[in-house]
Amino acid sequence: MPDTKYEPRIVGFLCNWCSYAGANLAGTSRIQYAPNIRIIRVPCSGRVDPLFVVKAFQAGADGVMVLGCHPGDCHYRDGNYYARRRFSLMHGFLNFLGIDERRLRVDWVSAAEGKRFADVVSEFTQQLAELGPFSKTAGGQPMPSAQSQPTVSG
Amino acid sequence: MARIGVFVCNCGSNIAATVDVKQVAETIGQLPDVVFSTHYMFMCSEPGQKLIQDAVREHNLDRVVVAACSPTMHFKTFSGAVQRAGLNPYMLEMANIREQCSWVHPDKAIGTDKATDIVAMAVGKTRWAEPLFPREIGVTRRALVIGGGIAGIQAALDIANAGVPVVLVERSPSIGGRMAQLDKTFPTLDCSGCILTPRMTELVQHPNITLYSWSEVQAVRGFVGNFEVDILHKPRYVDATLCTGCGECLTRCPWKKYPSEFDEGMGTRAAIYRPFPQAVPNVPVIDEEHCIGLKSLREDPSRDKPKCGACQKFCPRGAIDFRQQPTVSTEQFGAIVLANGMSLFDPTIYGEYGYGRYPDVITSIQMERLMNAAGPTGGEIRRPSDGKHPRSVVFLACVGSRDERVGRPYCSKICCMYIAKHAIMLKEHDPHVQSYVFYMDVRAGGKGYEEFIRRAQEEYGTVYLRGRVSKVYPEGDHMVVMGEDTLLGMPVRVEADLVVLATGVQPQPDADALARILGISYDGYGFINEAHPKLNPVESNTAGILLAGTTIGPKDIPESVSQASAAAAKVLGLLSQSTLLGEAMTSWVNQTRCVGCFSCEAVCPYHAIERVTLRDGRLAAQVNEGLCKGCGLCASACPGKVITLRGFSDQALLEQMNVLLLEPTAAG
Repeated sequence: MPDTKYEPRIVGFLCNWCSYAGANLAGTSRIQYAPNIRIIRVPCSGRVDPLFVVKAFQAGADGVMVLGCHPGDCHYRDGNYYARRRFSLMHGFLNFLGIDERRLRVDWVSAAEGKRFADVVSEFTQQLAELGPFSKTAGGQPMPSAQSQPTVSG
Repeated sequence: MARIGVFVCNCGSNIAATVDVKQVAETIGQLPDVVFSTHYMFMCSEPGQKLIQDAVREHNLDRVVVAACSPTMHFKTFSGAVQRAGLNPYMLEMANIREQCSWVHPDKAIGTDKATDIVAMAVGKTRWAEPLFPREIGVTRRALVIGGGIAGIQAALDIANAGVPVVLVERSPSIGGRMAQLDKTFPTLDCSGCILTPRMTELVQHPNITLYSWSEVQAVRGFVGNFEVDILHKPRYVDATLCTGCGECLTRCPWKKYPSEFDEGMGTRAAIYRPFPQAVPNVPVIDEEHCIGLKSLREDPSRDKPKCGACQKFCPRGAIDFRQQPTVSTEQFGAIVLANGMSLFDPTIYGEYGYGRYPDVITSIQMERLMNAAGPTGGEIRRPSDGKHPRSVVFLACVGSRDERVGRPYCSKICCMYIAKHAIMLKEHDPHVQSYVFYMDVRAGGKGYEEFIRRAQEEYGTVYLRGRVSKVYPEGDHMVVMGEDTLLGMPVRVEADLVVLATGVQPQPDADALARILGISYDGYGFINEAHPKLNPVESNTAGILLAGTTIGPKDIPESVSQASAAAAKVLGLLSQSTLLGEAMTSWVNQTRCVGCFSCEAVCPYHAIERVTLRDGRLAAQVNEGLCKGCGLCASACPGKVITLRGFSDQALLEQMNVLLLEPTAAG
């Protein structure tokens, strides 16, 4: 990524039933938003292991989003409640790791909220742009082990 | 080494206009394991699919990435193509570069960069793909219909006529729903009750149908083909096996002055009541809130006799049972049809119309009850204040429809038609009546609908005034409606004996709660979402749960009936199979490493985790694949990381991040 204009790199975990469908709706409605997010589809926000978030930062992401169904609307009944509890703890843990907790955004986007999806992504992108690149605020480079880690191929 | 083939779709210009598909295919072709990469105009077309199949055979591919639209759109199409080429369908991965890229990023450089990343991530994920095999699961050949309005009745009859047992659950004392309240139906002016009640009787007498009225669905467990449903049977306090429906109790009850729900408050009923004379089943219900006898027993359970008990005393069959308790039954079903209907907008929020303040401002459904021969006035149209026959009637359209201010921006679809019906019927009842309609637009799409509106205007002399009403107030013994005629561009003042508000359609107030019980999604208003608004209009996004009628959105009777038959056809299609293919993306536990903490068991929403004792005596978790729905909660809860969700393994998800953030080939 050239340094001329800083473009934050965002990994977004989207649940298949609400948020991923919401992102699709933003597409079918042609609602434009910041292009920085790269989406990883998961069945449920409850599938997102806090480890994934740490790994994303380790690999050099500037921000991580976890988007799921609104509380009460989980396709799997209560998966998003687990996600909510898990990531409210995670925020404190990120601070402990020296990662600004604002770099993790957990939010709810329903399948009907294409506009909201676009808004949430653009807003988070803007916030990260203000925070600057991750490695600088963390006070160092991404961990060397992450960069030398070989990519596994089957 | 994996042998991955990548197929980038132009989707005409849908993708190609903002993504350089050629460049994407070329860049991706450089990635490790990618042995073939190309792009094509329409990958989902017959030649496009053939291109994939040929390439799989020619290049001996073992994994396929199709970069096109959302997997929700075309996963089935392409997994079919992959399967025809001899691969397991789960060796396909889709990269969504249309909905989530080309359609939202107009800048071609940005779009191409992002699309390259998205495809590279899919390539990464597919490195971890493995063949998956869905399990066969049994099917319970029995259907549940929720809601006994015309949609539910039709669905139940269609399913039952095909020889499949049906249970219909209706929460009010009688089936019939909204249609039972109506006087006539547009545009044919058929008598609503005359066409509905035969269906109601047919339903209750049908050998394949079990009717649970005054009952509610409390909990739903399981999955398509194998639902387990708890049904709450509320106490009627009348033994349905003894009651003959003679109605003696209704006349003997001394407490007769409660507003009738069925008559929308235009008439009264006793504390023991049936909603209307043709109620099915014809068994009365005692109103828990108002019955003195029930109250006395509740306050003092040691009483041996209720305080009043008039109904009990006079019932010739001894059917009154004040000690009835609610019961819950648990039943098995293979499929569920949700037809829980709608409610009507409460117009009191419009203070300027004076509903609730002035007795002569009523709603359209109240008008229906006034017109109905079985209604509180015996079909004579008398205004509530003084019982006078109205000579001038003003209708206000779009009350709680097409109005952002009250959170109802949608059109309720039926109001234009029923206003015209009321105007016509008023004139039929009394030739001296003059009707006025304040409207925004007249929306009369449907067979014979526009002609019907013209009849109301031309034959029946209804005056249509295009504009909104600013104020309704009483003056002397009549009401004054102040509005605007936007076509003339001047204010109008109409004196009216009766003002009728055409209230819009909205979901049942507890539609969201029921949707949550069923595990299906609903929109911002509370209407249930279809799996696809065009192509799966009667399916919810949970397999095995079908939808019919106004639970999805405003619609009229013929539409509700067609949907009900469509839903019934879907149910029959499902239940005609002896087995179904279950979820392929399920979790599995690596038991040699499982320490038996059962964190997974605690989080599993489907009770799919079982405890097994291994040969060495250790207790370990095991996934019941018939119950597992593949949410992956167990996988992320497992502290030892020994649970893998097939199709969404830790490795597959992490690989996507690694490809994106660590591999230099990706455009990021």
